[in-house]
This record gives sequence, C-alpha cells and structure tokens, in this order.
Amino acid sequence: MATTETYVGSTVLRKEDPELLTGQASYVDNQTMPGMLWMAVVRPPYVHARITGIDTSAAKAMPGVVGVFTAEDLDLGALPFVWPITEDIKVPVHYPLAKDKIRFHGDAVAVVVAETRGLARDAAEAVHAQVEELPAVTDPEAAMVDGAPILHEDLGTNVTVHWSHGGAGDQSVFESAPVIVEERYTQPRLIPNAIEPRGCLAYGVPAMGEYTLISATQIPHIVRATLGGVVGIAESKLRIVAPDVGGGFGSKLNVYAEEALALATAKATGRPVKWIEDRHENYVATIHGRGVIHDCTLAGTEDGQILGLKFIEIADLGAYYQLLTPGIPELGGWVYMGPYDPQTYWYEFTGVLTNATPTDAYRGAGRPEATYVVERLVDAYARRIGMDPAEVRRKNLVPRFTEARTAISGLNVDSGDYHATFDKALEMVGYEDLRREQAERRERGDVKQLGIGLCTYIEMCGLAPSNILGALRYAAGGWDACTVQCLPGGEVVLKIGTSPHGQGHATTWAQIAADALGVTPDDVRVLHGDTAVSPLGMDTYGSRSVSVGATALHLALEKIKEKARTLASHELEVAEDDLEFANGTYSVKGAPDRARTIADLAASAWHAHAIPDGFEPNLEATAVFDPPNFTWPGGAHICVSEVDTETGAAEILRYVAVDDCGTVINPMIVEGQLHGGIAQGIAEALYEEAIYDDHGNLITSSMTQYLIPSATEIPSFELDRTETPSTTNPLGVKGIGEAGTIAAPPAVVNSIVDALAHLGVTDVGKPATPERVWEAIRRAEGGAA
Amino acid sequence: MIPAPFEYERVEFVDHALQLLTDDPEAKILAGGHSLLPLMRLRLARPSMLVDITRIAELSYVREEGETIAIGALTRHHDLANSELLQQACPIVAYAASGIGDPQVRHVGTIGGSCAHADPASDLPTVLVALGAELVTRGPDGTSRTVPADAFFRGLFEPDLLHNEILTEIRVPKTGSRGWSYLKFHRRAIDWALVGVAAVATRQGAAIALTNMADRPIRAAGVEEALAGGADPATAAERAAEGTSPPSDAFASAEYRQELVKVIARRAIEEAMSR
Amino acid sequence: MHVAVTVNGALREADVEPRTLLVYFLRETLGLTGTNVGCDTSSCGTCTVLMDGESVKSCTLLAAQADGREVTTIEGMATDGTMHPLQDAFHRNHGLQCGYCTPGMILAAASFLKENPTPTEAEVREALEGNLCRCTGYQNIVTSILDAAGQVSAASA
Repeated sequence: MATTETYVGSTVLRKEDPELLTGQASYVDNQTMPGMLWMAVVRPPYVHARITGIDTSAAKAMPGVVGVFTAEDLDLGALPFVWPITEDIKVPVHYPLAKDKIRFHGDAVAVVVAETRGLARDAAEAVHAQVEELPAVTDPEAAMVDGAPILHEDLGTNVTVHWSHGGAGDQSVFESAPVIVEERYTQPRLIPNAIEPRGCLAYGVPAMGEYTLISATQIPHIVRATLGGVVGIAESKLRIVAPDVGGGFGSKLNVYAEEALALATAKATGRPVKWIEDRHENYVATIHGRGVIHDCTLAGTEDGQILGLKFIEIADLGAYYQLLTPGIPELGGWVYMGPYDPQTYWYEFTGVLTNATPTDAYRGAGRPEATYVVERLVDAYARRIGMDPAEVRRKNLVPRFTEARTAISGLNVDSGDYHATFDKALEMVGYEDLRREQAERRERGDVKQLGIGLCTYIEMCGLAPSNILGALRYAAGGWDACTVQCLPGGEVVLKIGTSPHGQGHATTWAQIAADALGVTPDDVRVLHGDTAVSPLGMDTYGSRSVSVGATALHLALEKIKEKARTLASHELEVAEDDLEFANGTYSVKGAPDRARTIADLAASAWHAHAIPDGFEPNLEATAVFDPPNFTWPGGAHICVSEVDTETGAAEILRYVAVDDCGTVINPMIVEGQLHGGIAQGIAEALYEEAIYDDHGNLITSSMTQYLIPSATEIPSFELDRTETPSTTNPLGVKGIGEAGTIAAPPAVVNSIVDALAHLGVTDVGKPATPERVWEAIRRAEGGAA
Repeated sequence: MIPAPFEYERVEFVDHALQLLTDDPEAKILAGGHSLLPLMRLRLARPSMLVDITRIAELSYVREEGETIAIGALTRHHDLANSELLQQACPIVAYAASGIGDPQVRHVGTIGGSCAHADPASDLPTVLVALGAELVTRGPDGTSRTVPADAFFRGLFEPDLLHNEILTEIRVPKTGSRGWSYLKFHRRAIDWALVGVAAVATRQGAAIALTNMADRPIRAAGVEEALAGGADPATAAERAAEGTSPPSDAFASAEYRQELVKVIARRAIEEAMSR
Repeated sequence: MHVAVTVNGALREADVEPRTLLVYFLRETLGLTGTNVGCDTSSCGTCTVLMDGESVKSCTLLAAQADGREVTTIEGMATDGTMHPLQDAFHRNHGLQCGYCTPGMILAAASFLKENPTPTEAEVREALEGNLCRCTGYQNIVTSILDAAGQVSAASA
C-alpha cells in the first residue's frame, strides 16, 4: 500500500468512471421508491396574465391522480434569494406556485401527483387556469421605459437595482484622452443545457417530520439551509442528497420551485414524490444566463496605452430573482480591467425585470460577460489606432508578479504571468505566419478570408473570502470543509463539502490524500453530496472547489499527520522531534526500521488499547478553510477562423489555449475542464441564443431550435499551460472550470471581425451567425460605396 | 415527455393498413416516426391510433426497372445511402440520404416518411423534384396513382395523399454517376437546410430544385432557363431567388435566404458540371 | 399490449401501454436505468441504444416497435465483468465527465465502428453529429473512439 509515487501533478485515471461507463450511475431519475408518485407541473401557456381562477376538478377526477395542488392548497413560503446587492434593491416575491399573476412561461400555477409519469402529465393538461392576459415585455430596454408593462405592481417599476463601482484614478480621461473608443455590445440570453435535466425525489417519515430530498443539484448544503423555511421542515430534519449529477454549469446552482413542491406534495400525500424535468420545461423553468447589453468606452493614447475602461450595462434579470440573480453582473464588475493596468475604471449596471425566465449563474457567471466586452473593445481600439492587436495587448498586460497586487477594480490579485501565457500562445499558433497568410488572402480577394482572434483574460475564482462576501451583501460564507477518516484497515475516507457533477473531485482529492498519507488513490474513498454524510460544505460553483475545498482537505491532512505523530512518538517511545515523516511513515531518525505507517497508527488509534493520556481515539480530523482572497487564473486564447464572405459562414481552423490555473493536481482533468469550457464558449460565440418573439414566447424552445454544437461543429484544441502558484492557498491552486467559457467567446468573435476588418467590418454580433456576418459584410460594403 | 394515449396496430400488409386508416379518420401512419413521435411527445400531435407499417417487408427495396430505379417507400435513409445501385445509377439520392439528420435517424427514417411529411426543409423531396421522380400511392380497393414529384408536394406538410392512401414506391430515373450535386447550407450537421440546392444534368438540360425556398420544394425555373440559354453558372445562379417565397424564422430571414440561394446554386451547378 | 424484446441477449416480455417509449420500457419496465434521457425531440442522442445492431434513439421509438427485435444497452456492453474496448478507451482517455451522455456516445460509437472499423478523426466527429455532450468539448470522446479502433496514432500522425 505504501508508495513513493507522487500523485499530485500526475494524470490519474478517474475513480468516478466505472459506474458511469457501465450504466450503474445514481442519477436521480434512476432512483425509485415503493409507493412513489410522479409530479407534473402545470405551466399555463401565458407569458403575462392575471390569474382569475384555476379549475382542477377535471384533473382531480382522473383515475390514478392522487392530488392536485394550487398555491392555496399548499402553505409555502417564498423561494430564497440570497444576494440583495444594494441597500435599496427592490426584491420581487417569488412563490413556488404563482398566486396572483403569471409572469413568465416557467411560472407554475399547480402541481399534480399521480401514479405514473404519463398520468401525471395527462392530468396536468386537464388543469385550466382562467386568466386575464396582460401585455408582456421581454426586451430589457423596452421594460425600462415609462408605460412598459409592470411585472410586479408592488414594486412599481421593472428597474429594481442599480450598482456601480470604480472611480479610482482620473476619470477625465474618458473625455480628454487622445483616443476614445465607444462601442455597444449585446450578449443574448443563453440556456445552460446540462444534458441531464433537473429532477428530484422527495420522501420522508411523516410521523417524525423528517424528509429527504434527492435532487440533481450542485448545492445540497445551500438547498438545505434555505429550503426548510419554504416548506415548513426544520433544517435539522431535512436531508439533501445530490446523487450523480449530469452536469450543471450553474443551472443547478439554485433552489427551485420544483424542489419545494416535491417536498410539499410528499408531505401532503405521505408518499414519495418524483419530478423529472422535460427538456421543454428546462428551457423555460431553469435559469438562463447572460442577457446583457454594454455601452463601453476605452480611453487610450495613439501609441496603444490603455488609460481608462468604462462599462455601463443593462442586465435582463427575468421575471423574478432566483438564488443569486442580480449578483451575477456584480460578480463580473470586478474584472472589467482584464489583465491590463488602466489608470481608471468605471462599471455600473442596471437590472431590469422582464417577462422571461430568471437569469442567474451560467458557466463563468458575470466574468464571461465582462471579458467579452473588454476583449472586443481592445480589438476595436487596435483597429482604430492601426496597431496589431497582439502589440496592444503586449503593451498593456500587467508584468509578471508573484505576490498579490491590487488591481484598479480594488481587489488583490494573487499572482500572474500574463506575458508568458500570451507569448506561448502566439508562438504555438505561429502568429506572424498567419498574419502573412491573411495578407495574401486579402491581396487575392479570396472568398474565404482568414481571421486571427485574440483573447487575454483573467478570472476571479475560489469564491470567496467570507468577509468579502459579507461586504458584498451575499448571505452565505465562502469557506469549505473536509473530514478525513483513517480507517483501521488502512483505507482513508474523505467527506468533502464540495458537490461535484463531472469535475472529478473523487480522483483529485484522492490524489492529494494519497500523497499526504502514503497510500494510493485507490485506498481513498471520497464521499460527497449528502448533507447527512458531510454536513459541512458550501458546494460546487465558481471554480471554487479545489482552491477552497481541497485546501480544507490539505489542512485536515496536516491535522491527521500531527495526531499520527503524537501516537507514533508514544508507540516508538521517542520524542516527536526525533521522528521523520516520509511516504506515510513516521520513523525514528537514524533508525529507519523503527517505524509506524499511518495505517498502523490508524489501527492503534481505533482499538485505542495503548494510546497516550488525553489522546482521542480514532485518526480523524476535520478542517474548514476560509480563503483569505480570491484566486486569479489567467491565460491567452487564440482562434483562427476562415470566413466565407459570400455566405457569412465561419469555420474554426485552429484553437490554441495557454492557461495558468496555478498548481495543477491532475493535468488530464484540467485539460478536460478546458475542452468543455472552450466548446461552450465557441457555442456561445457561433450558435447559441435564446430568442423570444414579440409576444414573449420563447421561439428557441427545444434542442432543434436552440443550437448546441456537436462534435462535428467543434474543432480540436491545442492546449498548453504555465503554472504560477496562487498565493491565496498552500496548494498554489487557482481553478479551471470556467476559463474556457470566459476566454473563447471573444477569441472566436474577434477572429471573425479580424477576417473581415479590411472590408470595414467592426462587429458581427453574438452569436456570429452566418446571417449576421453576411449582414455585417453587406453593411460595410454599403458604407464604403 | 410522454405522448397522450393512443391505440397501436402493427400491420404486415398494405391493405390492412388502408382498412385501419379508412375506419379511423384520426389514425396516423407510423413509418419511421422521427417527425411524428417528437410532435406527439410535445403533445402537438394526438392521433387516436398509430398504424405501424414499418414491418411491411414488401415496401423496402431498391431495384432496377429498365431506365428507372424503383425505391420502396419504407427504404431507410441508411439503406439508400449505402445502396450500390443508387450510388452508381442515381448517386444524388444516396448522397442526399447520407446527409439527413444523424446516423440514428438514418437507421430508422424512411424515404416514404420524408415524402409523406412534405416538409419543405427536407432534402429528399427537393432531390426528387430535380430528378423528375414519380411517387406511387395505393388506396382502398386496390387503387393506385402515380404522381410526378413536383405535383406530389403541394404545400407545407401537404402531400398529395389522401388519409387512407399510402405511399408505396418512389421511381427515379437513372442519371449515371455524372452531372449532379446536392448542396445544403445549414448551421449544424443535424439541422434542416436553411437553403438547399439540387442540380442534375438531364437529357433536357439542367434541372435545379430548391430546398426551403417556398412552402414546398420548387424548381428554379429562371436558373434552368438561363443555363439552357448558355449562361455561365454564376450568371444563371443570379436568378435562383426568382419566384421563391422562403420563410423568415429564428434561423434566417427570407432576405438572407434569397441571397444565399444564389451562392449555393452557383456552387451546386459548378460542382455538378465538375463531376 | 404485449411486447417481447431480446435485451442484452435475454428475452424480456411485458404488457405495456402503447404509448410506452422504448427508453421507458428499458428504464422503468425492465429496470435498465443505464440508458438516460436528455430531450424530447430526438436531438441529444443520450438515449441511444442498438436495435438489431444499429444505433437508434430509444426516446423516439415505441416499445412496440422493438417487439421481436434485439436491443443492446450500455448494461450489455461489458462481458463477464470486463469492460468493452470502448468503455475502457473512454476511461483511459478521460472521454467522460458527468457521464450522462456517455452510454449514448458509446452505443453510437459501437454502431459506427461496426460500419467503419478504421475511421479518421473527421469521420468520428461526423458520426457523433446526433450526440450532444456539454462537459467534454468532445475532444477526448473522439480520442477515445479512435483509441478503441486502434486509430490513435493514425489520427495524430
């Protein structure tokens, strides 16, 4: 069992895989219980309407229907919203079942529970809402105008929050600088599309008032802390289980109406209740991402020095706040300087309610929105002053730093080496050769033009120090926890507070523990996602798990080693200072045969026959880590595209990414996270967009209209990395879950604009659909004529 | 999502299917089901009965009949794509079939299902119109009709097919391996064509047909006329939008489609001329 | 109605409602929950199984349509506790993250490799046009399939 191998930093194949590869996973829809009922949600086909009555009689009369419930039948509290970002924010009340009005397509007015999946659906169709339809508004700018339909009359306005930030330095540059670049960029709503839809299974022991909710969630701990109050179950009697979860991307970082409704109907009927979301429901009832418009200003010099960056944003919040809604643009508000060093900075956003699905955290959450506009703007600046965009970036990237420095946005950035990643990416892609080829194609007037799109980025991960979250008015902390148990047989159990759904924590955490305790990853079992098993935790989102959760593991391992040292000293009858530790073994200095492995000591601690006075039996430790700062990954992505100038179609020829996420624990998993993130970013840049019609109906309401690219559309990626350790945590790790999604959209869109820049094209929109690109070319040609 | 309840009958003979359809005006034919079942799952279609004809063995074949290739209506896209006979004698059909949907869809979807659905964004109907194919139907009491492709596709989801009539065979002329192209422009590989163009050299000249440029597949008469008059492909293709009435939807505006079709038509004609 | 389907080599019979989709017959009637469901429009390919050896989307077929046929699901891929070469290749190449699309990917690949045992990278990518993955960016899925086909060096050469 003892080994001299170092697992941290090496590719270790995933411990998670066997069950997933053989069809034995525990996804919520794979679980069933005796007497289980099926829940279906009634979502009437209205976008904005006053409810005058709900007729459930026909549904109730159907055979196999056990119950039909409206808001009146279930005494439910409002759903949690935990990030009131300003003192004067207006907060709409959001009940699991709508009481007075339907405000978007996902609004539910009733639920049905029935004996089978099909019967529940049949009965849901038989529930009829009587309504008085109201005019709807889904365009946030239209929703801001006087006379726009008001979603929540008690608030009196759709404009519910305004947040601004910045002001350090000399703001006059926005008027007086030699070069002022002003651009407006629109980023449409996106639908996260975890391939597993949401779902949950609620059951309990009614006589005891104890309930369990198995839910496809990223955040079992936060669900437990917030849902009990909604459904009237004591927190101590509510257990939340996140089983195998089929992807999240932020869409399962929430506390949803259906989770409350499954619990409430399980309580009301005394039977287990399961709800599984249809994809169609997923498109209207699960959060959307993005949905922002930015007016951007860059102040700079003629020779490429960026002096100031200013962004004024309108954020489409949707019909209610979900868990974090207005916090998402705020989160982006700290990274609008990018990896650059302007003298001054301004960011503000206005949040607007619309008759559409609430927006919330979607992969990257605020930071992709910010990075997209910064990187588009830097390219626009380069074109304006006639300088190569690589040169402009080189001139403005913050030089290498290994101790934290304060960025103009006010936060301390832990470490960074942006030139290293950028230079490496330029070299990998063969930048000069590509520029030559581009010039030749332009010279020849080729139908297919070449574009090179750059993005240098930073992101802020490891959310976050609890005191900073408190200052930002976020209701929870940012710590995480881990319990290490050394079993008497020599194996190790980790109970972790993060809740993975594809990220490979069971492998990564095992690698760290194996190195520390001198065992193999196979000897380490990682338990997660169950509030009864690992009660302490803050779950998985915001690329926080390794930098916060694995650091908690590291600290717990240190405690284990300390405790083991005490026991080894006792058993070997030498002073602790006379012991040395290597490969999981304490040995007497100078007498290596006199030794105890961690496994030996775990057994001694367990039987406790001869332990020191005051020594607690068992080799077990828990640590909680509250990070002193964020972590700040960074990197450079380059996209090479070919644009068909006759049709507007863009094809990605190459995609190069050099990222720095600090110390890497498992390179295979890090690369996998990047691949997936980049693919989602490419999807955002070229394909995906939630489109509403003039009446507020979601046109892209299925996977046939909302275009998720397949392997056929996505290219291979060329990756490399640098490692600049974080100074925020002892592991030196930063986080990699969102980097690809943050960097790819501007790299791709910049490449398309770059391909067409000689024609006078300055923007192609996002996503850069063939029609938008074709239109941009036509507009540019018309302008030139 | 689960469809609303319905009755199900599997038939082994065409006449049995016709009888069931005659008896129940709300019954529908299940051929491949890849258009129908998604609509039923979303409860946008609710037939009272599905008549499963997929096991009618006599309707799955590709065979040579003189100067014609006869294709049974229940021949799957996968089998069209892999038919050596089609690859040699009428390759445009095999090629177009190989690009429909995805492999799983091609393993189930049938040419008859595609034609009977009459979606103007569908590929095979356009190819059949360009080829001047004939569609053979069977009705009650042994009646049979043979309808030219351009008459069969009457409008949006509107084939020339009575409720109690079944499409049994599609007859395409032998073209040989030369002088054909089918190009479609789409966002993702599995998407319907935003615009598609079939170009086929025939004895009478060039036949050009368009996908998704009207409520049914249509011939590009202006292009054909220009080519007949000796115009080069680029000049002829400039007339590709004449007489078209494409949709404006979430994927593309009509205006864009009308410009795009000129580009795709030119490329299709050039490709057809090159092979 | 009565259906009899040979699933992973064993004849399985049951009475089901006509509207029972093949995927729910497998998952709920037979308890073979390895086949997942991701959409309602036969877009995502998550529910892919083999019917008579060919990949099909089991959410867009009725159980009745599988009557008398042979169906292979992910549960039928490993033999005697040994993973199928595709399963093994997905493991070794990190071809999965959350795992939800994985059974469908593996079955789609199995069908494809039967038709084309020595594919190029481009051919693998085309063959997966009907299967969506949101985690992996497809790169390691494609590598896994090439690896299972013994084509990794051919692709990288």
